[in-house]
Amino acid sequence: MKVLSLKLPSVWLLTALFGVVLTAGVYAGELEDKGFEIAARSDRSDRGFADSIVDMKMVLRNAHGQEATRSLVLKTLEIEDESVGDKSLIVFETPADIYGTALLSYAKILDPDDQWLYLPALKRVKRISSVNKSGPFVGSEFAFEDFTSQELNKFSYKYIGQEPCGDLVCDVIERTPLYENSGYTRQVAWIDQSVFQTRRVDFYDRRGALLKTLLFEDYREYDGGIWRAHTLKMKNHMTGKSTDLIYSDYAFKTGLKDSDFQKGILRRVR
Amino acid sequence: MKSLSSLLGFAAVALSLQGAAAAELGPLEVAGLVGVETRVFPWQARFAGQQGHGEISLIVNPEFRYRSSGGQHQFSFIPYFRLDSRDGQRSHFDIREAYWLYKGGSWEVLTGFDRVFWGVTESSHLVNVINQLDLVEDLDGEDYLGQPMINFTTFQDWGQIDLYLLPGFRERTFAGREGRLRAPIPVETSQPVYTSGLGQKHVDVAARYSHYFGDLDIGLYYFWGTGREPTLEPNQDFTGLLPRYDVINQGGLDLQYTKDAWLFKFEGIIRQGQGKTFGALVAGVEYTLYQIFGAADLGLLVEYLHDGRDASAPLTAFEDDIFAGMRLALNDVQDTSLLVGAIVDPSSSETFYTIEAERRLGQHLVIELRARFFTGANPGQTLFSISRDDYIQVRLARYF
Repeated sequence: MKVLSLKLPSVWLLTALFGVVLTAGVYAGELEDKGFEIAARSDRSDRGFADSIVDMKMVLRNAHGQEATRSLVLKTLEIEDESVGDKSLIVFETPADIYGTALLSYAKILDPDDQWLYLPALKRVKRISSVNKSGPFVGSEFAFEDFTSQELNKFSYKYIGQEPCGDLVCDVIERTPLYENSGYTRQVAWIDQSVFQTRRVDFYDRRGALLKTLLFEDYREYDGGIWRAHTLKMKNHMTGKSTDLIYSDYAFKTGLKDSDFQKGILRRVR
Repeated sequence: MKSLSSLLGFAAVALSLQGAAAAELGPLEVAGLVGVETRVFPWQARFAGQQGHGEISLIVNPEFRYRSSGGQHQFSFIPYFRLDSRDGQRSHFDIREAYWLYKGGSWEVLTGFDRVFWGVTESSHLVNVINQLDLVEDLDGEDYLGQPMINFTTFQDWGQIDLYLLPGFRERTFAGREGRLRAPIPVETSQPVYTSGLGQKHVDVAARYSHYFGDLDIGLYYFWGTGREPTLEPNQDFTGLLPRYDVINQGGLDLQYTKDAWLFKFEGIIRQGQGKTFGALVAGVEYTLYQIFGAADLGLLVEYLHDGRDASAPLTAFEDDIFAGMRLALNDVQDTSLLVGAIVDPSSSETFYTIEAERRLGQHLVIELRARFFTGANPGQTLFSISRDDYIQVRLARYF
């Protein structure tokens, strides 16, 4: 709510600007409503996945093309209430020296997430600050905010138009982070009109310049009409570095429970 | 981490296990490290027997883990072995973990050797009471011997309860006569003295509640049993120190409040049974400057250490001390990090400096630098006997 009240002046400004548009026959907020609807339809397309487990390989590439890899297991517990985020557990498997390092997150919508880090060498569980939204996630081109769950109500939306994307047609929407400490002023997302999945996101930094592009590839459909991309490619236009996320097959509805996402289980993750 | 089949020596075992009950068994995982570590002491030793300026160690620390395919049964076996060129007491073998864990729904039972870490502060780990310190490993109090235990845990909406039954006491390790970082006369670890008539067989118990409330994480425990910290008393002819272990009651509390980039931390204990009942605490803050240059984060740490014990309890170096430090994490592919800190006793100007740095080389090697320096200690003060034992340590470890 704090964020919304801070936004008030710009709402007044927008209303004033849209006064001009109104005369052209478009009522204020139509583009926002349409943008939200497209985002919501996409978000809700994977409702009911309950929980998932997936292995992931992360390939980090510098500007000279040198590669380093990390592998991890990602477990997610769906929280259906849209005013609360999902719970997730990431456990690293390689490089070998960080084997068993784990990150437990309870996503929130506008407040900072609750996060605990497990350090296996000491068997220590440490509650960590989650304000570092824009910081790199384990040395990759993904920021924490790109990696944590993309909750619908974390953004405001605006419809931009439609464009061909590969063999499909995509709606193009702009989304603006409503949470604090984001490294982005805005993101532009391409969401296809066939199965409503995100195909591409452009990220604009705090100065408004194009910072990164994320491509979602190799979508596969699972039981219940759940779609998942199996290759995510993030390219940083400023540094020339890139990070690919390569997912194995997902397992859904594995029976994970709330008790599998408590900080007390971190000491037993490996 | 590698499935066992990749390791020829164990392949036959894996195959026969899989043959026995393929549906029941998950893969056996092998991880751990082999390392070479060298310490250089620039100053001449203070005491007889401590010849030389360097030592080199070989460390073997494999980790074997197995979990049943349903995840209900977990087994862990983690031996630890150090061979040291100088000090026979520093060469040692330990079982860090060797347990069977059974997971019910909202509860679990662990039987065997394990390590338990509870604290939140950085300069001292006051609340840890389950495991004995493996002091020959390092002075930082972060190396523990495996403790035999039965640990029952229940996870509830209102928090987590851990109950511990701890049979079999582990004695603290100390540097031998040839070793640096010791008192003027060495500790005779082979001649411990116990206040309890049961000696090493005294069965200790502990109970802990832990949970979080919004931004506040809390842990509260009670321990009754043989205290892990010995009182060191000279033998009759003053050639060695005998460690005396007393039966104690100890209550402990750890708190962390996490707000924005701030962590506010507190650890406190009250101990009865070693001289006069006393309390001790560590309290401090950690503030992180994110992406201070490029991707690097800089954490600033300040902690206050207070210990209310008098001469009737074992000596402590931290009666009223201040710790200040900073932690730099480059957030690069090699996970390069640097920690620099100092613990100062303002009343005597005794200071303990510490530097820790590490970086991954390629995918499997990690190089680690540690340096410790002691200044300002005068005869009679706690750190005086090790004041010429400044050292620089380099470790190269291959993880697998």
